[in-house]
Amino acid sequence: MLFNLPYIAVVALILIGLAAVIFKRNLIKIVIGITLIESGVNLFLITLAYRGGSTAPIYTATTTEETIMSLPVPHALTLTSIVIGVAVLALMLTLVVHIYRHYGTLDARKIGREEE
Amino acid sequence: MSGMSRIVKTMASITFPLTMIYGLYIIAHGHLTSGGGFQGGAVVASSCALILVAYGSVWTMGKIKEKSLSVFESLGAIGFIGLAFFGLIFGANYFFNNFLLKQDIIPFFNAVGTGASNINTAGIIPLMNFAVGLKVIVGLFTIVLVMAYATTKLKGEK
Amino acid sequence: MSIRNIVALAFFGVVALFLIFGALMTHPFGEFDEDNTPEMDQYIIDNTQSETGADNGVTAVVFDYRGFDTLGEATVLFTAVAGVIILFRRLKK
Repeated sequence: MLFNLPYIAVVALILIGLAAVIFKRNLIKIVIGITLIESGVNLFLITLAYRGGSTAPIYTATTTEETIMSLPVPHALTLTSIVIGVAVLALMLTLVVHIYRHYGTLDARKIGREEE
Repeated sequence: MSGMSRIVKTMASITFPLTMIYGLYIIAHGHLTSGGGFQGGAVVASSCALILVAYGSVWTMGKIKEKSLSVFESLGAIGFIGLAFFGLIFGANYFFNNFLLKQDIIPFFNAVGTGASNINTAGIIPLMNFAVGLKVIVGLFTIVLVMAYATTKLKGEK
Repeated sequence: MSIRNIVALAFFGVVALFLIFGALMTHPFGEFDEDNTPEMDQYIIDNTQSETGADNGVTAVVFDYRGFDTLGEATVLFTAVAGVIILFRRLKK
């Protein structure tokens, strides 16, 4: 069980974020839960790139033909995912500001009901 | 938001050039060690946000023209796509061609990287790092500045 | 305990069961055998210095071998900044 510890950490992050999205009422807490799910997915992508006993994939003056290096493609995909997470967070927070200005409350169960 | 006390303003003015030099070093050496356009751009943008928090958003918005911010971001995007288009003209017919690596006219970007970390290797990649770094710096700083300035009187209006 | 809370709890329990089962059944952390040997990444590691001329493998992948992903990411960042500026234009002026 100890050899799969990074994958268990990924599942813990995603489940905590999902519990915050489903069971909480405040809009800011729901936004924080979405960011936690995003962090869990980034950690999963980085975990897939490890080989046993490897170093960073950078050529210096001390690397020879037989050094084992990590796979560089999941590192590139994680970079893109982090930047997209920042963009989504900025747009979500502007929408929360507009909702507060229009309805006066931040409760997710009291907004959007127009006829009652 | 209003500014903070005099001690905070002095220390922010001292820290801002040091952090900016560190961030520009990360952008410029992206093809030799860890780093690159996105990482260095985030460091410089966070140091600009430190100035925004210490001096107040009203003072900062009075010092910056909005037209110049949008011009810088467009320059970063146009530089990145323009460098990709030049690969179509010289040489083969695919996008993102590393055309500066395969020619002999300009003798600067021609070298192939050995392990010795020379800065004039890798063709087109340092120029792309600068374009993406400029775009990320101005983009992240604009998001923080607009959100801080537009919600200044929100509690007073309600 | 209304019917809404019971349905939410059941959904959360099903997703948690799937994720924990998936985490315990993956291949052990850091081992590669004949099912998942990386051939594309081995080619990239062997030919980075001669084809692109860069010393950093990650920068060579981001800007040269997979340049289109970086183009899409720059577009997403530009769209997010444009969206924030447009949405905040009537609050202040």
